[in-house]
Amino acid sequence: MSETNVIELKNVTKRFGDVVANDNVNLTLRKGEILSILGENGSGKTTLMNMLSGIYFPDEGTIRVNGKEVLIQSPRDAFELGIGMIHQHFKLINILTAAENIILGLNGSVRLNMKEVEKEIGELTSKYGFDLNPSQKIYSMSVSQKQTVEIVKVLYRGAEILILDEPTAVLTPQETDKLFDVLRSMRDNGKSIIIITHKLNEVLEISDRVSVLRKGKYIGTVDTCDATQESLTEMMVGEKVSLDIDRSKPENVERRIEVRGLNVRNNEGYHVLRDISFTANAGEILGIAGISGNGQKELLEAIGGLQNIESGEILYYTKHDGNVIEKLHEMEAGDIFDLGIRLSFVPEDRLGMGLVGSMDITDNMMIRSYKKSSGIFTDRKGPHQLASDVVEKLEVVTPSLETPVRRLSGGNVQKVLVGREIASAPRVLMVAYPVRGLDINSSYAIYNLLNEQKRAGACVMCVGEDLDVLLSLCDRILVLAGGRVSGIVNARESTKEELGLLMTGGKENA
Amino acid sequence: MSKQNNTSGRTVIHMEKRNSISRKKAWTIRLTAVLLSLIVCAIVIVAITKQNPLQVYAGIIQGAVGSKRRIWVTVRETVILLVIAVGLVPAFRMRFWNIGAEGQILMGGAASAALMIYLGNKLPLPVALILIIAVSAVAGMLWGIIPAFFKAYFNTNETLFTLMMNYVATQIINFLICIWENPKGSNTVGVINSKTKGGWFPKVFGSEYGLSVLIVLVVTVLITMYMNYSKHGYELAVVGESTETARYAGINVKNVIIRTMCLSGAVCGLAGALIVSGASHTISTSTAGGRGFTAIIVAWMSKFNPAAMLVVSLFLVFMQQGSIQIATQFGLNENASDIITGILLFFLIGCEFFVNYKLSVYKEKEA
Repeated sequence: MSETNVIELKNVTKRFGDVVANDNVNLTLRKGEILSILGENGSGKTTLMNMLSGIYFPDEGTIRVNGKEVLIQSPRDAFELGIGMIHQHFKLINILTAAENIILGLNGSVRLNMKEVEKEIGELTSKYGFDLNPSQKIYSMSVSQKQTVEIVKVLYRGAEILILDEPTAVLTPQETDKLFDVLRSMRDNGKSIIIITHKLNEVLEISDRVSVLRKGKYIGTVDTCDATQESLTEMMVGEKVSLDIDRSKPENVERRIEVRGLNVRNNEGYHVLRDISFTANAGEILGIAGISGNGQKELLEAIGGLQNIESGEILYYTKHDGNVIEKLHEMEAGDIFDLGIRLSFVPEDRLGMGLVGSMDITDNMMIRSYKKSSGIFTDRKGPHQLASDVVEKLEVVTPSLETPVRRLSGGNVQKVLVGREIASAPRVLMVAYPVRGLDINSSYAIYNLLNEQKRAGACVMCVGEDLDVLLSLCDRILVLAGGRVSGIVNARESTKEELGLLMTGGKENA
Repeated sequence: MSKQNNTSGRTVIHMEKRNSISRKKAWTIRLTAVLLSLIVCAIVIVAITKQNPLQVYAGIIQGAVGSKRRIWVTVRETVILLVIAVGLVPAFRMRFWNIGAEGQILMGGAASAALMIYLGNKLPLPVALILIIAVSAVAGMLWGIIPAFFKAYFNTNETLFTLMMNYVATQIINFLICIWENPKGSNTVGVINSKTKGGWFPKVFGSEYGLSVLIVLVVTVLITMYMNYSKHGYELAVVGESTETARYAGINVKNVIIRTMCLSGAVCGLAGALIVSGASHTISTSTAGGRGFTAIIVAWMSKFNPAAMLVVSLFLVFMQQGSIQIATQFGLNENASDIITGILLFFLIGCEFFVNYKLSVYKEKEA
């Protein structure tokens, strides 16, 4: 492997107001290597890469590409330097084909020869081992196929340096393996690749070197062959962390939520949940796995009274409140609350559904309970007390209780939301991606809170994306694929491979 | 790849969003904008009138506060603009782009005029006044409910809808003028009850506009309390931020949209009563006179802060009244006042860019 540096970042600093997102970061990328950038959420990985791809502009420091100092002002500048970034959220046009998306925005001759373009794309895909049909429309593609289109798009534009932002977040274990094969083949063909991630096992599997960021600061770079999960975690967090979840045996298990033959269509009329039936028990954590967008969001929202249900039943049982059976499928969120059913819900979209970004922590605390006070005026004393309790107990980092939650970092926003939902001592607790955006220590704090709720007799349902975590946190795991339940497994006995298979629909359902 | 070579050594200006700005700095920027706008206005005035700009500004001050009567007119116009802006606040907080204040004012004004014409001389004044205020508020409310209903149940675009409602209101006024015209054939309504003063606002605090000031102050305080301390105010703020969050919180979004527009429309309708019963004592298609649109600027520039709204209203009215004076004094037509107001607003709104963003200059070094 040659040792020429294709990218050199020197003392790069980027501030957003008072927040230093990148503090004097130095980084080099060699030709023909795969470099992982590892760091917890909020450590500045994406900000750093956005400066390479022309989205942000550094406040201080220099960027050299192929030994020459450059100013990258826009994504176009980045392209001209041969840098292509594949973002977490794809930027594709659904009704166009793969090939049309790939050439979109490029200058070409007046007459468009689609056959020629498709031939060129075909050469690229066979060279690196992609699995792509250039004339397939985007809307009919799976997430992994869309990602392939994004990668081929930057290659077609002549990128020599590829940056992938959390590319495996949306993939099944099997799709991840396929992606890694392609990345290796690109590396062997002389491309230089940066992959942003926080998953340690993937870092060890794919990369040649690892650069670690912590809280915006550059910590160091190591050769992957010299690294272990423990050594990388220590670099990333700054201290030794135990990665164990304290899972207790379920006690006093009793039926709490029963879903029977649930069907839901979304606003576009698309059938997002099909014949869902399962039982969720008190005193147990039920994991919900699946590739994102396979009905997880709609399932939780349906139980929470936020979806129009086409058919089916959702029943709530409790001996606690006197052998009650309530028909949740006939209620809206407000009705459920008015009946005094303590059903807590941490939705996936925190600022779009769970919280109000422009309001402060106190005002956000009362969003589900403000109706309880009597009279036409709001009572802010109770919520204010709750806000200061949550901030103290969950160690929320905030300038004050009066700071709009939008100004808080993603992890702290999540703590505010989880803190509020747990505060009501829920009988049912539904959480979607509860640790997304949290650092490792806070993540384990949240896992412990969920386990606490389970021991307290709540029925916990947890939608998660990290299969390792689901397997060690939950008691049972329900897998959704294409809006159907493709399996319910015992988390103590199942494996990642089994879940991965179920997530793609399972053989028996094919 | 040759482009890189050509580009070294260039200077680039980068626009960056400020995360926070000290209050002092923000107001320095705004004050600078006001000064700049006055200088540009002076240049324009000199170019047109060839007069000493200081004299012209003296004329503006004369026009706005030169006599007791002028002071009261400035106060009257200020509180009317203020109350419309206050009325728009609940709608805007809910992110309901109500640009139909103009129509809501006209409908309120039409209701007042009707009561003055048909009942003004028959009822005792206090009863007539209460009726006028209540009915004009209801008329404005109706004009607000219609677009809100369609927004809530059919998700129609409220911007277009409220705008169109303005034109409908104007045509209704035209129709009413045909019925009420006095004297016949004049195509104007003329001063209603000019002899009996039936349904006119009485003198309070030694001025016929005192009652308007009192009403506006009460309404402003009530709306501010409603927005900041009531459950309704909390709900509409949540709906404005995200209807998804509102549904999650168990808020009935449709109800909140309609209820809030009722309030917004009612206050604008009340403004119509203040204009017709409290000031002009007549009605025409220009009764609202663009205040419904100017108030949008007042509300947004003040970020819905009532004290700031008062200051901004006063400033705009001051300049408007002043430029009417210089228009007559220096023989300009009334468009001159529009030009001056336009220049002022250009600077005031434009300066918000510098409050929110800063410009940084970078120089690329030679490789």
